[in-house]
Amino acid sequence: MSRSSTRFDTKKVNSELVTLTYGALVAQMIKDLDNTDDVSKQLERLGYNMGVRLIEDFLAKTGTGRCLDLKDTADKIQTAFRMYLGVQPNVTNWSPAGDEFSFMLDNNPLTELVELPDDLKGLRYCNIICGVIRGALEMVQLDVQSWIVQDQLRGDTSTEVRVKFIRRLEDAMPAGED
Amino acid sequence: MAEETLFEVLHSEIINYVLQNGESRNKDGKDEDLSTIEYIGFSTGYRLIERLTKEMPRFKDELDTMKFICTDFWSAVYKKQIDNLRTNHQGIYVLQDNAFRFLTKISNGKQYLEAAPRYVSFTCGIIRGCLANLNIFCLVTAEVQNMPSCKFHIQVQRT
Repeated sequence: MSRSSTRFDTKKVNSELVTLTYGALVAQMIKDLDNTDDVSKQLERLGYNMGVRLIEDFLAKTGTGRCLDLKDTADKIQTAFRMYLGVQPNVTNWSPAGDEFSFMLDNNPLTELVELPDDLKGLRYCNIICGVIRGALEMVQLDVQSWIVQDQLRGDTSTEVRVKFIRRLEDAMPAGED
Repeated sequence: MAEETLFEVLHSEIINYVLQNGESRNKDGKDEDLSTIEYIGFSTGYRLIERLTKEMPRFKDELDTMKFICTDFWSAVYKKQIDNLRTNHQGIYVLQDNAFRFLTKISNGKQYLEAAPRYVSFTCGIIRGCLANLNIFCLVTAEVQNMPSCKFHIQVQRT
């Protein structure tokens, strides 16, 4: 395969490609579904499917092992953010019990070039990220909940993604397999 | 490269979403409705090309534009150049990619050929969107005979 040079900065093109494709998808969903809540839900579901597949890619590429605790998990998700989106979020706002934390993104590639019209202010545009986190962690036996707390598209200074640990999933073998 | 995986996963989820959504709307429809996927590609391409070419000099002519799509643009988006560009100089262009990015991981040969249209329509849309923004209005169709190679037929509409 001829991996020829191009006069473009491939990294930037790739990130814009993802941003624009995602934008076009959201626009289509808004056309398809009447209700912005349904769109948010659908985006989360879509993210979940992506997370289920991305975790495999992440584990293969980083060769990382088991997490020792939730802090470790948070650090690894942080690495994943840098790998896939090219941004490094801060891990902050730990709950006293240590089962809830937030990722703070100062700039979010997904929302670059994006503006929400007034009638869509309720849309959780970045819900896909929550879905990806939930899907990916479910594949490594962690049941979590994830939601958007702050969103730059709605005038906040940064994007905050909250993650809450629910429980550890036990390995369930499919029937008939030992 | 990790961020490339992200795009590939997003691409397949778009297809997944559009097909599921189409299914729930018309149960009897046998033909898959791929025009939505094509349209998502169109709006992506339309916007992407504007950002890519903003610092570039104007293209000489139609063929020059096509060459740009086959080389620089294709390398940026599909990680390789188009392997073969043919034209009849009357508005028909055929772009052949022998290892099309979205098909290389699906099959090597004729297996799953019936699923191939799903994975090329986004790109048909991208090409149509790019050219539309460069003031070339056209019809783009794809032809897959043996995966992972793929031919894109561009038919420029003259008014």
